[in-house]
Amino acid sequence: MAGFRDLLGSIKGQIREVSTQEAQELFELGWLGVDVREADEVEQGAIADSLFIPRGNLELQIEGRVSDKSQPMVVYCAGGVRSALAVHSLTLIGYENVVSMAGGFNRWKDEGRNWQVPKVLNEQQRNRYQRHLLLPEVGTKGQMKLLESKVLLLGAGGLGSPAALYLAAAGVGTLGILDMDVVDASNLQRQILHNMDRIGERKVDSAKKTLSSLNPDVTVVTYDLRLNSENILSVIDGYDVIVDGTDNFPTRYLVNDASLIKKIPVVHGSIFRFEGQATVFQPYVGPCYRCFVPEPPPPELAPSCAEAGVLGVLPGIIGSIQAMETIKILLNIGETLAGRILSYDALEESFRNFRIRRDPNCPACSIDPTEIVISEYDELCMPHPSATTVLSLH
Amino acid sequence: MAITVRVPTQLRSLTNGVSEVTVNGENVGEALADLGDQFPGLSDRIFDDSGAIRRFVNIFLADEDVRFLDGPQTKVSDSQVISIVPAVAGGAF
Repeated sequence: MAGFRDLLGSIKGQIREVSTQEAQELFELGWLGVDVREADEVEQGAIADSLFIPRGNLELQIEGRVSDKSQPMVVYCAGGVRSALAVHSLTLIGYENVVSMAGGFNRWKDEGRNWQVPKVLNEQQRNRYQRHLLLPEVGTKGQMKLLESKVLLLGAGGLGSPAALYLAAAGVGTLGILDMDVVDASNLQRQILHNMDRIGERKVDSAKKTLSSLNPDVTVVTYDLRLNSENILSVIDGYDVIVDGTDNFPTRYLVNDASLIKKIPVVHGSIFRFEGQATVFQPYVGPCYRCFVPEPPPPELAPSCAEAGVLGVLPGIIGSIQAMETIKILLNIGETLAGRILSYDALEESFRNFRIRRDPNCPACSIDPTEIVISEYDELCMPHPSATTVLSLH
Repeated sequence: MAITVRVPTQLRSLTNGVSEVTVNGENVGEALADLGDQFPGLSDRIFDDSGAIRRFVNIFLADEDVRFLDGPQTKVSDSQVISIVPAVAGGAF
């Protein structure tokens, strides 16, 4: 009667095995390492740049992870048995160039070859982010990237609330929150970070409580201050993305000019009554805020939400779009809104896209970033940010 | 040439709440001038004293910013849509 040894013997006769030395040479030629061990084994150490798919999920997941059937792969496990079975199975699925590493990772490690402890998600994280991990565009690698990312939210209000909640839920590892207001009862119609118990509390503290109780993976850094020309460069330093939910033109120009100097993308959102706009300003790749709005409207033509009103759900929608764009930038997936303005009309429930372009004569992004001068802005958001203009004004 | 102009929320107080207006013109400037004739007060919000499009108002023909086409002289063809998209600062605080 045939047993497992007979099966293994038969399978090994049908596949190609390579030694650890040969495997190392193949890796150097660009072959992909596929580690089919379980997560608790991988956590102890693995060969760099390997793809991790446990043996039990291999057939189910491989086509989503490696779509090219001619991709050459070296499959390994701990000792070379599971990888032999895996290679046999991969061959049946149609992969043309797959080999099993005899002796597995244990022999590789014993021989003193290079390995590393991979950055992996712990068990709670694998469970929490399971729906992300199922997406090939995110996966473990993307989730790790989010956990290592830093996003600064300007405003913990209508736009910042949904954006911060979704970014925290998604596992963005560091969220900076800047706001100098305190929670007021009139905020609660739209600012879903806060609640009745927080009335009178600093918004940044309220935001931190909400976000920390949502996801302990997130470090919340608070800035209870008003952005100005003195502090902006140090506040934004080190962040990967800025989510702009500010409420006035001077601050938006200030953020624009500073983000150009630091080359940090800005995810823009703005709202008015039943209409919202969102876009991405990717420094020196797409247009900047000054390309799109060369001059601010006079105050009488640009009433604030406090004066004009806003339906509470509207910032929920625009802020969520800002969160989505932020994650796409962090993961470098899909097409962002860079170069497009998305215009949302809630009353007719329509989304429209308009193309926005870099202005070759833009006073901010057409000059060398070292020449951009960050200075205080008056109501007209002047002076323009070039040193020469500033000098000529005096 | 019948053109549709989309009017944003901010300016609808000047169009009796109407969001889409049919106008006539051979180019963007003429089409918007016709809009201004139909609804007094609108032209001042779109054009400055010299007749140029105000810098904080973006005018799109289909999905292109007319500043990067021929401005008010940009030719229009029948049944095209012009959208007025003013700069909005409103956020969140």
